[in-house]
Amino acid sequence: MAEEVRAHITGVVFQVVAKVGDRVEGGDPIIILESMKMEIPVEAPRGGIVQAVKVGEGETVQEGDVVALLE
Amino acid sequence: MAGAEEEPARTLMFAKVLVANRGEIALRIIRACRTLAIKTVAVYSEADAGALHVAAADEAVPIGPAPARESYLHIERIIAAARATGAEAIHPGYGFLSENWRFARACEEAGLCFVGPPWQVIQAMGEKTAARRRMTEAGIPVLPGSDGAVRDLAEARAAAEAIGYPLMLKAAAGGGGIGLAPVATPDRLEAAFAQARRRVEAAFGDAALYLERALEAPRHVEVQVLADRHGAVLHLHERDCSIQRRHQKLIEESPAPGLLAGLRARLHEAGLRAARAAGYVSAGTVEFLLEGDRFYFLEMNTRLQVEHPVTEEVTGLDLVQAQLRIAAGEPLPWRQEEIPLRGAALECRIYAEDPDRNFLPSPGTITVLELPAGEGIRHECGVAAGSPVPVHYDPLLAKAIAWGPTRTEAIGRMARALEGYRLEGVKTTLPLHRRVMASRAFRAGKVHTRFLERGH
Repeated sequence: MAEEVRAHITGVVFQVVAKVGDRVEGGDPIIILESMKMEIPVEAPRGGIVQAVKVGEGETVQEGDVVALLE
Repeated sequence: MAGAEEEPARTLMFAKVLVANRGEIALRIIRACRTLAIKTVAVYSEADAGALHVAAADEAVPIGPAPARESYLHIERIIAAARATGAEAIHPGYGFLSENWRFARACEEAGLCFVGPPWQVIQAMGEKTAARRRMTEAGIPVLPGSDGAVRDLAEARAAAEAIGYPLMLKAAAGGGGIGLAPVATPDRLEAAFAQARRRVEAAFGDAALYLERALEAPRHVEVQVLADRHGAVLHLHERDCSIQRRHQKLIEESPAPGLLAGLRARLHEAGLRAARAAGYVSAGTVEFLLEGDRFYFLEMNTRLQVEHPVTEEVTGLDLVQAQLRIAAGEPLPWRQEEIPLRGAALECRIYAEDPDRNFLPSPGTITVLELPAGEGIRHECGVAAGSPVPVHYDPLLAKAIAWGPTRTEAIGRMARALEGYRLEGVKTTLPLHRRVMASRAFRAGKVHTRFLERGH
């Protein structure tokens, strides 16, 4: 069952760090958001394989939006 | 009799100034211009069409989409707006293009007056390792550090061995706390170096880093200077800006509490010497780290500071008007001994951040805003009820400033004002400021740059 990774703040996607198929550990950054001149990583809530990345660099995401799926 | 005596050199104040900024500082500059009977031009991004600074200025020019690099950082569009409106000068405020020497040079090339120092001074002080060298030559103490930028990890390791730990990785191309990375022990250097490089590259377009020895829990104390085009350099006392998060200031005050007279005098003298060594003109700030009775040059900010109001409150002088007069060629009308120091003032920066979630940014829309009145209370506020707080810009919403005959009275006035301050719709640093004002350590003046992270 895939787990949704959600943005915990509103911001603009500054960098997509993880690619589909990457193995990540809990706490690894999936994407980095830029909000009000700060860079804020959205981290994997647990270890797993990145199944999908739902956002691209430059896109605005709202708090609570799904940014990636973990397998 | 008219004409019998030699008239003092007269300069013509600008008729129209473009304000290349937004938020509270744009409003502050517009107010100073109005006092000097100068017409103002605001510029604004698509996110700011309804912003207060747009309505406050005599004219307003749209300069592009919301992202700053396409609007408030877009040099050509801002110069074009000045030309189209017939502005003679550009005030950059702080942040954005204020310390961008290419912008200051572009103004000069376009025949516009940049309200700030000459572009060569901005460039020289912006290269942090060269600035360190220049200050050392001028006899101002600096912390042990790498001799210039380090090119790679191997060079960083070698420099770190010589300097010793703990140390700080810093951006060679810029300051303001951005890209600062503390490194406690040698095993942390590699990861910190890689991350700091990435951050600094993104912020300044230049990945160069240098190393500097870190102090345990220093105070941040800075000297405000004013210099005119005729060689006069004055200091307007010092400010303590030790209450910080992420190496950026939250609370500032003047005078710095608990400094012995001799130490204060040495700080002021070092500030003056630094300004002279830089060939400085306009309002500027020389920042120092202070530990015990020793201080070290940190950097020079070649612009107006966010915290300039505390200096205005204790001196009774208007720094923005002074900048405009200096830019127009007027000599400073004061001697050093004529700069007053009355009472004490502090400033609380009200950021759209959540102090209970590690100062995460909190964009959104302001629903309620009530600014408390009170004796000695001043507000610099860039928003109103209904104002959006966009993700694209700095989270500073407003500043509360309190003046009192003593520091204790100023803190009391601030504490009462903060109780009555209502700002809803986004999370803010207001609750934190209330806690700090109530803190015994803060009230006793026991401030240092790790005050917040260590609890109080």
